[in-house]
Amino acid sequence: MEIERHEYDVVVIGAGGAGLRAAIEARQQGKRTAIVCKSLFGKAHTVMAEGGAAAAMGNVNSDDNWMVHFRDTMRGGKFLNNWRMAELHAKEAPDRVWELEAWGALFDRTKDGKISQRNFGGHEYPRLAHVGDRTGLEMIRTLQQRVVALQQEDYETHGDYEAYIKVFQECTVTRLLKQDDRIAGAFGYWRESGAYVLFDAPAVVLATGGIGKSYVVTSNSWEYTGDGHALALLAGAKLINMEFIQFHPTGMVWPPSVRGILVTESVRGDGGVLRNSEGERFMFQYIPEVFKDKYATTEEEGDRWYTDQANNRRPPELLPRDEVARAINAEVKAGRGSPQGGVYLDVSTRLPAEEIKRRLPSMHHQFKELADVDITAEPMQVGPTCHYIMGGVEVDADSGAASVPGLFAAGEVSGGMHGSNRLGGNSLSDLLVFGRRAGAGAAAYVESLAARPRPAQEAVDAARAEAEAPLQRSGENPYEVHQELQRTMNALVGIIRKADEVAEALEVVEKLKERAQLVGAAGSRVYNPGWHLALDLRNMVLVSECVARAALKREESRGGHTRDDFPGMNPEWRRKLLVCSTGDGRSVEVEERVQPSMRDDLITLFDRDELKKYLTDEEMAEFDGISK
Amino acid sequence: MSYKAKFKVWRGEGGEGKLEDFTVEVNEGEVVLDIIHRLQATQAPDLAVRWNCKAGKCGSCSMEINGKPRLGCMTRMSTFQEDETITVTPMRTFPVIKDLVTDVSFNYQKAREVPSFTPPEGVRPGEYRMQQVDVERSQEFRKCIECFMCNNVCHVIRDHEENKPAFSGPRFLMRIAELDMHPYDVADRKESAQQDHGLGYCNITKCCTEVCPEHIKITDNALIPMKERVVDRKYDPLVWLGNKIFKRSSK
Repeated sequence: MEIERHEYDVVVIGAGGAGLRAAIEARQQGKRTAIVCKSLFGKAHTVMAEGGAAAAMGNVNSDDNWMVHFRDTMRGGKFLNNWRMAELHAKEAPDRVWELEAWGALFDRTKDGKISQRNFGGHEYPRLAHVGDRTGLEMIRTLQQRVVALQQEDYETHGDYEAYIKVFQECTVTRLLKQDDRIAGAFGYWRESGAYVLFDAPAVVLATGGIGKSYVVTSNSWEYTGDGHALALLAGAKLINMEFIQFHPTGMVWPPSVRGILVTESVRGDGGVLRNSEGERFMFQYIPEVFKDKYATTEEEGDRWYTDQANNRRPPELLPRDEVARAINAEVKAGRGSPQGGVYLDVSTRLPAEEIKRRLPSMHHQFKELADVDITAEPMQVGPTCHYIMGGVEVDADSGAASVPGLFAAGEVSGGMHGSNRLGGNSLSDLLVFGRRAGAGAAAYVESLAARPRPAQEAVDAARAEAEAPLQRSGENPYEVHQELQRTMNALVGIIRKADEVAEALEVVEKLKERAQLVGAAGSRVYNPGWHLALDLRNMVLVSECVARAALKREESRGGHTRDDFPGMNPEWRRKLLVCSTGDGRSVEVEERVQPSMRDDLITLFDRDELKKYLTDEEMAEFDGISK
Repeated sequence: MSYKAKFKVWRGEGGEGKLEDFTVEVNEGEVVLDIIHRLQATQAPDLAVRWNCKAGKCGSCSMEINGKPRLGCMTRMSTFQEDETITVTPMRTFPVIKDLVTDVSFNYQKAREVPSFTPPEGVRPGEYRMQQVDVERSQEFRKCIECFMCNNVCHVIRDHEENKPAFSGPRFLMRIAELDMHPYDVADRKESAQQDHGLGYCNITKCCTEVCPEHIKITDNALIPMKERVVDRKYDPLVWLGNKIFKRSSK
């Protein structure tokens, strides 16, 4: 069989928010761009995002600005964030949201006709641009339609819709190809036909999202198999912060088939409260020391905050996600959970039925259709679900460039921006800000090249043999290997971790690595999900190893990494990043690296008292030197 | 709680295929897509089906269940009798690739033929001002998850391949209505809706509205108002006179 060959300047892998924004940018800078995605165009996981895109436009509260957003982001990430990324994100998010509006997006409005903004956990002011609770869909559709608009322009000029930007949908990339140390292309297969395809391109932007499918209970779709994380590792790039996984506090817990599906944080932002089986609003018991002065201590104050934010503190249901997830976990463990093993999230006694349907239409629909629960009349049952990985490809903040020349990453697959925990709403804005930057970075890189690298034939042959292998052998059913991996990660490297359990997980992963090499795929090469899963397994196992190795190494609890045996946050660990790499493509090495100190004008945006909770004495002395 | 259900699932590729019988476990709270996944995991690992979010938000798992277009992830097993045989087939209006997966490229081609959002010159990003009441009309249509079941069920193209070139289907006629009702869109879309996208073929039987999993009132809120806008244009006496005069003078 001939391998289909295409030449592009920039290949973007993934067609969610980050991928589409990157592709739009590369095309707008005149580069011939391919978008390669595993699903149909417009189905990417971004459509699941509900709450909104955080951008300090100040439309609802004019006190908001980029500095407040920057501070909230750093606090949410427990000061482990790449501060340059957090800075760029806070500064550029408003422009990126406004740009969507000029491309046809229709956000909900304020009374004076501006984009409305809603409250969310960890954000000091109402900050999330939104469309009811289907903001992700609006974003995907707008970007998809922007791609089409560019194709229509190209049709006018060149007589070909696909002259400068083409979508390769239902196409999976299995290997990045290099010439010497530089990216030279990508190898993959068409899911529909099983035919192989080779992209000859000097720049690749990874925008493949996360890794949730390594867990049983997850809000993520089948696509989230850590492809970009693994592709980057195998190409010689490095991953950081892989121990930090966000368990969203409110996933559905019943019926079993939808366990893990997301219940948007907007339910709490709009007034919903969490109660245990004894009817207690338990979050008041779980306000951590670092946030003590920022959250209401009585129900009365919390309730007043919804209408008067200037004179009251926010209710603790709106603490950052890691805090709320751990609290729910603790309540259930203490025997105060709901019948199906969650806690109650109630909006029915807090807002009129009509208001709930208007503000939370898709939640109303989702519970009605999937669980036969009317959220305007009764509480929901919710519990933590694997939602987002903060860790990912280590990139240059300004350009999205990874350490391998020609490789770029944006969105969930990149690491650093969110530190140890991401704030709700910061993902959609992250996709836009860094999608655009990665697209521009890739375009500039291509511009700077004197000669185009070409993929080596041996690498193409090896990639082809690797992809073909499961079809050629009769081996174990890949679904069984996948299920064991999910059970292992869920049980042993989940929301609460212990050294011995994580070590046990690593032993299992080691065995699964062998088994993944031997799985077989029955049937033809045409649209064969068993074969596709067999190939995705390599990525899931490799990425799971990164998560477990880093989790074992970090001996503290911070954000999306909670160690039962090291319950406190340790300032010494704050400056350390754990960096994953692979030498042989089979096993993962983890090393510590010191994160550079925050720039003077950024660190002085914080109060000394707050910094004291996070920084070492040595760092505090440095700070006192600056702020004098 | 758990029982064995009888399923008939269409299997095949390359224009050939037949219904295959399966007996498969069903547990409390499951949906049809769960059962298809169980078949993949236990009996037919190469059974092809599209899916993504499993929560009715992405519109990937469109299929026909007992002859009715449905999302597999939103069809609860409890809506069937335990002794009922459930038949699952691919969408009929689009060519089958394999099993339950169809070639939906018709829709992407039609999407490309609808001229994009056209804002007035000189409005910069950040300067847009719109009232909630004015955006709500188009927002309803932007709830569309592109499951393409409305296009699948529409009798103009279901079993009428010959109408496909001239007719974009409810999905994209609604997209035109959405843009026409967008407070900042300045393009004239009325003639094109009729000429290029076949609005006239629609005889408002509302089948599209009935199958829409997002409960969008496609016929009442998008197609009929769009037809009215087209008619207003056609029979507006001033426009008529203008056209006459213009035609005469250009002779």
